[in-house]
Amino acid sequence: MSEQYTLRVNGADRPVQDAWVGESLLYVLRERLGLLAAKGACEQGECGSCSVLVDGEVVCSCLVLAASAVGQEITTVEGLAEPGAPTDVQQAYVDAGAVQCGFCTPGLIMATHALLERTAAPSELEIREALSGNVCRCTGYGRIIEAVQQVAARRGEAGR
Amino acid sequence: MSVVVADSLEQALDALAAAPHATVLAGGTDVMVELNLGHRRTDAVVAVARVPELCSWTYDARRATVRLGAAVRYAEIHADPLAAWLPALAQAGRTVGSPQIRAAATVGGNLATSSPAGDGITVLAALDATVHLVSSAGRRDVPVGQFTVGPKRNVLAPGELIEAITVPVARGWQGFSKVGVRNAMVIATANACLAVDEPAGSVALALGSVGPVILRCPEAEAIAAAQCDVAARRASPATVAAFAEAAMAAARPIDDHRSTAAYRRHAVRVMAGRLLRRAMPHE
Amino acid sequence: MTDVTVRPVVDGRLGTSALRPDGLAKTQGTFAFSGDLSADGMLWGATLRSPHPFARIRSIDLSGAWQIAGVAAVVTADDVPGKPTYGLISADQPVFARDVVRYAGEPVAAVAGDHPETCRRALAAIRVDYEVLTPLVDPELAIAGAEPIHPDGNILRHQRIVRGDQDLVGEVVVEGTYEIGMQDQAFLGLEAALAIPDPGGAGVELFVATQWLHEDLGQIAACLDLPADRVRLTLGGVGGAFGAREDISLQVHTCLLALRTGRPVRIAYSREESFYGHVHRHPARIWMRHHATRDGRLQRVEARFVLDGGAYASTSSAVLVNAITHAQGPYVCDSATVEGFATRTNNLPCGAMRGFGVVQACFAHEGQMDRLAEACGLDPVEIRLRNAMRTGDRLITGQVIADVAPVAECIRATAALPLPDEPVGGRDGDPLRLPGGAGLTADVGHIRRGIGWGVSIKNLMYSEGFDDFSTARCRLADGSVTLKFATAEVGQGFVTLAPQIARTVLGVERAVCEPIDTTIGSAGSTSASRQTWMSGGAVLGACRAVAEQVVAHAAQSWGVSTAEVELVDGVLTSPDGRQATVGELSAGRVFEATFEHHHPPTEDLDEDGQGNCHTAFAFVAHRAVVDVDVELGLVKVVQIATAQDVGRALNPLSVRGQIEGGIAQGVGLAVMEEIVQTDGRVRNASFTDYLLPTMLDMPEVVAELIEIPEPRSPLGAKGVGEPPCISSTPAVLAAIRDATGKDLRRVPVRPFDIAL
Repeated sequence: MSEQYTLRVNGADRPVQDAWVGESLLYVLRERLGLLAAKGACEQGECGSCSVLVDGEVVCSCLVLAASAVGQEITTVEGLAEPGAPTDVQQAYVDAGAVQCGFCTPGLIMATHALLERTAAPSELEIREALSGNVCRCTGYGRIIEAVQQVAARRGEAGR
Repeated sequence: MSVVVADSLEQALDALAAAPHATVLAGGTDVMVELNLGHRRTDAVVAVARVPELCSWTYDARRATVRLGAAVRYAEIHADPLAAWLPALAQAGRTVGSPQIRAAATVGGNLATSSPAGDGITVLAALDATVHLVSSAGRRDVPVGQFTVGPKRNVLAPGELIEAITVPVARGWQGFSKVGVRNAMVIATANACLAVDEPAGSVALALGSVGPVILRCPEAEAIAAAQCDVAARRASPATVAAFAEAAMAAARPIDDHRSTAAYRRHAVRVMAGRLLRRAMPHE
Repeated sequence: MTDVTVRPVVDGRLGTSALRPDGLAKTQGTFAFSGDLSADGMLWGATLRSPHPFARIRSIDLSGAWQIAGVAAVVTADDVPGKPTYGLISADQPVFARDVVRYAGEPVAAVAGDHPETCRRALAAIRVDYEVLTPLVDPELAIAGAEPIHPDGNILRHQRIVRGDQDLVGEVVVEGTYEIGMQDQAFLGLEAALAIPDPGGAGVELFVATQWLHEDLGQIAACLDLPADRVRLTLGGVGGAFGAREDISLQVHTCLLALRTGRPVRIAYSREESFYGHVHRHPARIWMRHHATRDGRLQRVEARFVLDGGAYASTSSAVLVNAITHAQGPYVCDSATVEGFATRTNNLPCGAMRGFGVVQACFAHEGQMDRLAEACGLDPVEIRLRNAMRTGDRLITGQVIADVAPVAECIRATAALPLPDEPVGGRDGDPLRLPGGAGLTADVGHIRRGIGWGVSIKNLMYSEGFDDFSTARCRLADGSVTLKFATAEVGQGFVTLAPQIARTVLGVERAVCEPIDTTIGSAGSTSASRQTWMSGGAVLGACRAVAEQVVAHAAQSWGVSTAEVELVDGVLTSPDGRQATVGELSAGRVFEATFEHHHPPTEDLDEDGQGNCHTAFAFVAHRAVVDVDVELGLVKVVQIATAQDVGRALNPLSVRGQIEGGIAQGVGLAVMEEIVQTDGRVRNASFTDYLLPTMLDMPEVVAELIEIPEPRSPLGAKGVGEPPCISSTPAVLAAIRDATGKDLRRVPVRPFDIAL
C-alpha cells in the first residue's frame, strides 16, 4: 500500500517513493528526503519543533499529511540559507544566547522568520504570542525574545 | 490507502461517494494526531482543506449572517473582518491551540471532531449556528445543537461532509471565556460563550468541557431574559448570581486528569457571572 | 623568534560571553542529534512495555511477531547474555522483565525490523499472558511493611539525622506537611540511539544521547557480557537532559538488537514512550516542625521525608540523602531530628532531575520559614536574613560550610532588584497580561498580586564518598589547541567553556573540542551542577600541564631555567627580554597532556546522619511576583527576581541562560507540571496534558550575579545549573499564598487548590 507523489520543498521537486500514505510531512522530510532540520518532539502539534512553512504559513509538519501537501510550497530551515551563511535571525539566535540544546531552535527560527515577515516591529507581547506554540525547555525564553528584538531593531535601522 | 487531495467540492464528494468511510482531512490538527499515535487506522483519505468552496466565506448583510466555509481556518476567524462580525468566535479562535494550529485548524474540522472541549463549538452553540451538510446525494441543514450527539460523535453520515456553517452576526454584546491551566496552547478545563440578542431581548449561554456535548443553559437564559434590562445593559447583582448558579446547575462535568467535576462546576459559575456582568455592566 | 612584544588579542577567554561553537549548526538544522543519526542497512528497534503496574508474567509468545515480514529480531529477558539487571547505584532493574512487571511501561521485549511500522505490528503481535496483581502505590504502605514487590524490599533507603538537643522546644513552633508532585524533565530531544555491531558480534559501538558515557558503558558491557573495551560510546547530539539521561533507557536494548541482527539498529522513543522510558523527579510528602526563639532564630528542625522512588532504585538513595541533608535550608540550625524514607512502589521509577532532592526539601523549608516569619511577626526577608548561613557554619550533618556562602548577600541583592513596573494587567490592557490570558477569564478587578520569597542551598558534585573525577586532554600543535574529554554536552555549554579555558591559559585563539566519546577517561556525569567545576578543572589542569611543557621548551631553547620563563597571554618571556608566542613555539611540534581532576574526598553519613558527605555548596535567592485570579484559581507569574552565588561567571551569557532556563522549570513545577498517576497508571503521558510553560507563561526574569570567586573551585566558579530551579518554586507558591491568603502546601498548585 504505497504511493508515489512529488513534493515541492525549498524550491525543488522532491519525488517521494514507496511511502506509506499515512506518513506525516515531518516523517517524509526527515526519513525520506533527508531534511533533518525539522525535529519531532511530540507528534501532536504541542511543541512546534517541527514547524515549517506551507504556502507561507507556519504549521506543524507533524500535523500535515505529507501526501496532501502535493502542489504546495514547503519551506524548511534548509531552505532559508546555505550552511555557514546564516540568516539574520539565525545569527541573532547564536549572538543572543538563544540556543542551548538547540532541539527547538529550527522550529523557532521558522516561526521567527514568519513573525517578522508579518510584523516588522513586534511588541514583546506580540513576540510571546506568536512564538507561544514553540516550546523550549532549556532557555526560559528570555534570550529568544532578545534575539527576535535584535533582528527587528537591526532590520528597522537598515530600512531607515 | 489512498489520498485524494480535492480541489473542488465536486471532486471531494465524488471521492467520498466512492469511499464513504474515508477519513475527511481538513486542517489535520486532530486527524493527524490520531494517525501519528496509532489511534486511528484508515485506508482512504479525502483532503478538503484546499477546496475553494470550503475555504471561502460570505457575509450576508440583509440576513445579518456570515456563512463560513467548513475549511476556513481559525487564523482567519480571529482577524478582521470576520472578528468584527463574530467577536466571540474570534475570541475562541485565539485560544485554539497555538499559532501553528490556528494556521491549519478549520472551523468545520473543529465541529466534525465533536470534542466536548472544542472551543469554537461552544460559540457556535450559543449563536444557534446552522450546519450545512453535503454529500453526493444532496444537502441538508442541521442546527448546531443537534449536530453533536456525544463525545466525538455527530450526525455526519458516511459520504457526507460539512460544507459550511451559517452564523448570525452579533446583535449585541457577546464574549467567550475559557479556563485552562496554561496561558497558551491548552485544552479547556471549561469554557463558556454568552451572546446577547438585543433586538430579541435575550441572552444565550453555552458551556464546553462540562458535559458529553456542548450544553446550553435554558434556565440561566430564562433568568437573564426575565431580569436583565438588555437595552440598558443592566443586571442586578442578584440576577448575576442567580444566572451564574443556574449555569452551574446546567453543567454535567466529570473528574478527569485535567481537573475535577467540582472545580468545573465552580468555574462555570464564575465564568457565567463574569460574562453576564461584562454584557450588562450596569447594576 | 621575535623580540618585539606581541600581545595577541584573544577573544573568547574566561569571563567573556563567548558564543557556542555549535550554535550556528543548531540554528541551521545541521547539528546531528542522536535522533538524526542513521546508517546503511539500518534496522529500527522498538520496545514492548507492560500495560500493568504490577503483574506476574505467565508466558510470552513471540511467534506472532516472527511471522511479520521484515522482522529481524525479537528479544526478551532470555536473550540478555550478561547481567540481567542494571542500575546506577544498585543493579535492581531488569533489562527486560522476566517473571514480573513492576510498573506500567516496563520493558518486556524488543524487536528489530525494517520500518517503524513493521516494529509496531510486531509488538502488537507479541502475546504476553499476565496475571494482574494489585499494585503498591502508596509509599506509606511500603514503609508500613507491605508485601515486598522486589527481592530487595520496599525500602530503597532509610536514613535519619540526629544532632544537637533532642528535647529542645522553641518559643515559637510551626509545623506543616508539604507535597511535591512528580515532575518530568521533558527534554525536547527524545531518547534515541544508534548501535553498530562489530563484525562477528565481538563488540558494539553506540551513538547515544546520555549524560555519562562511561557509566553507560559499564552497565551495557555487563548486561551484554562483553569486555569493557569492546563497547565504545560516542555522544549523539543531546536535546536536553535535566537528569533524565543519567540512567540507562534504550542503551542495552539497542546494542542487543544490533548484536543479534548483525546490523545497525536505531531506537527512537515517542513522547509517550519517553514518559515511561526515563526516571522522574520524586514525588514527596514532607512533614516539618521548626523551633525558633521569639525573635525568629531557628533552633531545631524536625522533619520526616517520604520520597516515592517508584519501581526501581535508580539514584533514590542519593536523592534521599540530598533531601534530608538540606532540610535546614541555607539557615543556621544547631539541632535536628530528621527521618527520611525512599520507598519502592509500583509507580514510575524516579531518579535524577535538576535539583536532585533539594527541590523537595526547599519547598518544605521555605514554606516553614514563611510560617515562622508570620508566627514571629517578621517580614519574610527579615527572618531569612536573621538566620542566613555564612562560611564556617555547620549543616545538621555536622559538616562545616567551607565555601563562600553569600546567603545574606543574595537575599539583599534580590530585594534591591526592581519590582515590575507595570500594574496588574499592564498599561495597554492586553488580556494576555492577565491570568487566563487569551481565555479572557478575568478582568483587572478580579486579580490580586502577591510577592513571595525562596532561598536555597544546593550541594555541588557527588556526595557520600563518591569520587566523581573528570578527565581531559589538551593537545597543542601549530598554535592550535584540541581538547578531548568525555563530558556530555547536553546543551549547558561545556563545549563553549572548555575552549575559553584553553584560550585563557595558553593565549591561543584557535581551540576546538574533539568528538565526545569513551576513548578518553571518564568525565563523570553532566549533572549535580558539577561539570564547570570538575571537567573545567580537568581542562584547566591539562592546559596548564601543556603550558608547562611549552615553558620548558622555551627555557631549554633559551638556555634558562623554566622558573625564569614567564607565560602571559600566550607570550613567553625570558629574563633577558627574549619573547616568543605559544603559536611560534608550537610550530611543527606537539605538546600534549592529560589531567584528571578529583575533588576532595567526602564521607558516608553515619547512622545519625553525621559526616562530611557533601563536596561544595552554592546559594541563591528568588523573589516571585504573581497575579492571581483568586476566584478561578488561575495564576500568572509576572516576575522572578534572583541573585545567585556563581563564584565567578566564566561566561555571563551562559550563566544567564542557565538561570532563566532553571527558573522556567521551577515555575513549571509551581503551577502546572505534574505526571498524574492513578493506581500506577500514567494519565497524561503527552505534551497535550503534561504542560510545560510556554513563552506566554514565562515571567520576566531580573537576575544579578553574586561574583565572589570560590577559592576551592579550580576556576573560582560554582555550578549554576540547579539553584535556579530550586527556590524559584517555593517563591512562586509563597507569592500565591500572599495574593490569596490561602494555606497552600502543594506543588504544582492546581486551580482547584486555590479556588475551592
